[in-house]
Amino acid sequence: MGRAARIMVWGCAGAILLGPILLGLWVSLRASLGVFPALGSVDLTLAPYRALMETPGIWAAMWLSLRTGLVASLISFGLAVTFVAQARGSRLLAPLLAPFLAIPHAAIALGLAFLIAPSGWIMRVIALPFDLQTPPDWPLVNDPAGLALILGLIIKETPFLIIVMAAALSQLPLTRHLRIGASLGYSRPQIWAYVILPQLYPLIRPPVMVVLAYGLSVVDMALILGPNTPPSFAVMVMRLFSAPDLALLMPAFAGAVVQVVLILFALLALIVLERLLAHFGRAALRRGIRRTITVPQPVMALPRLVMGMGLFSILCLGLWSITWRWPWPAPLPTTWSMRLWQSAEWQDALRVSLGIAGASVALSLILALLILEAHGRTARALTPLIYLPLLVPQIGFLFGVNSALLNIGVASGVGGVIWGHILFVCPYMLLLLMDPWRAIPRPLLHCAASLGAGPWRRFFAVKLPLMLRPICIAAAVGFGVSIAQYLPTLFLGGGRVASLTTEAVALASGGDRRITGVYGSLKAAVPLLAYLAAFLIPRTIWRNRRAMREGVV
Amino acid sequence: MSLVVADLRLTLRGTPLFAPVSFAVPSGAVMSVMGRSGIGKSSLLAAIAGHLDPQITCHGTIHLQGTDLACLPPERRQLGMIFQEPSLFPHLSLGDNLAFGLAAGGGREKRRAAIDAALESAGLAGMYGADPDTLSGGQKSRASLMRCLLSQPRALLMDEPFAALDMELRAEMRSFVFAHIRAHNIPAILVTHDPTDAEAANGPCITLHHI
Repeated sequence: MGRAARIMVWGCAGAILLGPILLGLWVSLRASLGVFPALGSVDLTLAPYRALMETPGIWAAMWLSLRTGLVASLISFGLAVTFVAQARGSRLLAPLLAPFLAIPHAAIALGLAFLIAPSGWIMRVIALPFDLQTPPDWPLVNDPAGLALILGLIIKETPFLIIVMAAALSQLPLTRHLRIGASLGYSRPQIWAYVILPQLYPLIRPPVMVVLAYGLSVVDMALILGPNTPPSFAVMVMRLFSAPDLALLMPAFAGAVVQVVLILFALLALIVLERLLAHFGRAALRRGIRRTITVPQPVMALPRLVMGMGLFSILCLGLWSITWRWPWPAPLPTTWSMRLWQSAEWQDALRVSLGIAGASVALSLILALLILEAHGRTARALTPLIYLPLLVPQIGFLFGVNSALLNIGVASGVGGVIWGHILFVCPYMLLLLMDPWRAIPRPLLHCAASLGAGPWRRFFAVKLPLMLRPICIAAAVGFGVSIAQYLPTLFLGGGRVASLTTEAVALASGGDRRITGVYGSLKAAVPLLAYLAAFLIPRTIWRNRRAMREGVV
Repeated sequence: MSLVVADLRLTLRGTPLFAPVSFAVPSGAVMSVMGRSGIGKSSLLAAIAGHLDPQITCHGTIHLQGTDLACLPPERRQLGMIFQEPSLFPHLSLGDNLAFGLAAGGGREKRRAAIDAALESAGLAGMYGADPDTLSGGQKSRASLMRCLLSQPRALLMDEPFAALDMELRAEMRSFVFAHIRAHNIPAILVTHDPTDAEAANGPCITLHHI
């Protein structure tokens, strides 16, 4: 690719991926300081912040967000370490866990609510032997402490961290270091703490930060599982944005800025924690004490318990979707029915979701391949670009982008939603395509060039086919990411684009578990099917190509 | 005179890799390039073929049959490359690999006949649809050479093409390659560690040195 083309790709990528975020943050910051010309407000003032701080429950909401985000991330991290430290053959793991990643947060949240609620599946199973006549009156979901939200986040983030860790561990001389440590007289948990984790952590730091930032600013999961009075901070800000009272708009922008600050604060706390652990870890290491530490069996089993809960949450969704009657305390539905699946309502939402996902994945793939073709060799330099959209809270810039678009006369609608999805789909796809792209054997490309193949032919006849498998996987992940998006669909669609996710979240607060079950099941099934396709397509196409089946890149 | 290189110097961030070289390889001859590991033998080939790592700068001139190669992209230099690992495209069948190499033009049947003939002369008759990954090392090497020759290269650059083969196969492959070079009457450069390769090439020989 020529120099001019490279610069153009760079400009496009910046305009599409970074532009909205920076623009949105700028609009949010300005509006939070009282400058919002559309409402005729032009003077700098701190009034929006004062109004925000006077909102009832605001401090409790902030504290709740910080607490749930930090606790959930730390526990997820601990569980993931516990799991990978026990696992043999972590290569096998990834394909088994990958589908878990595909299932959107909201689907897990809906299923988990059905599972652990006072009238949920677990309680029904317990009710029979204990002869409970009515569901207990405990706040098991939407509890004020946010425990259900923390559990939901843990179920979703632990498999993600396990996959990330397994990938990073494959770059480390794990077995050799475990043996050296053991021969020096250290127990396995000590070797992990002193030798493996200090090498592993720098490799997985960015994803850990993404998990933390996400947990702190998640909206859909917090709406379904989190407390209501007060809700988590991001939910509170979202409600301010959606309030019909325009006087609440600028305090909402102040909230968007505060949400960004909250995340910076949490990341700072994480860095302090890293330093402290490193300091005390090294001090302990220098003392050279060998200690036989045995992790209790129940702790070792926790990661599997958490993943089991995830699995049962999804089963629960499916079960409710084919339920007609399921009276308390029956352990299984008493009357089954496919009637809700035969109704036409969900089909519109499915069509909308599939269309948006298809378009955003296709456009993201083109953009990602252009970026890789232009900067493939220095793809590492792209990493900050990729992580920015995943670290900045959605609520911090999305409404800002929306109002900027409205200002220049672009009405919110499907186009804006697709763009909003690309912001998150494309980074994930780039992340997954970057390493395979660099792994394309150079000699093959040199051979192709020397055989007379120009850049276009090399791209279409050599690079693309070699990349088929990673492209399929990236597309499946992108599909899942798109299906999961809640705030971009809601804000950039102006509330008029009804996707599976917006419908499912809206239904969650309603009462009919059966309809919610249908939408939740669809939300889980669509990404799973995409994964299945990503798994099968390369295997079918390359059934007569042994090297391609084993993976060239 | 066919492939003429004059005062060629490669520098990696200002440091020269080897003392400047000049040579001329006549058509049909195989010139051997020897030298210590890491001195830049492969980079010399990459410079001629146009695949040089962007961090390495190339000075000097390279002419092939009178045309200056410096300003041509690799795909227009018409130089065949043979690597130690036979670089067949893993996603294409054996025959399609050769079809990728075969210069464009000619009808479908004519092209197919040319490929079948090439397969036959490489001892691979009737294996058009074969998965390249299932071939033996010698078969892959011969197929790579045929793919290269079908593109009608004006010169052949070989980077330790026989290093991965065992003694017996190596001798067989050498005579196979050299025979084809003579038959096509093109200049060839052979990078090798093995003095017997250079001997068998029976052509000029240069050794790269540090300055």
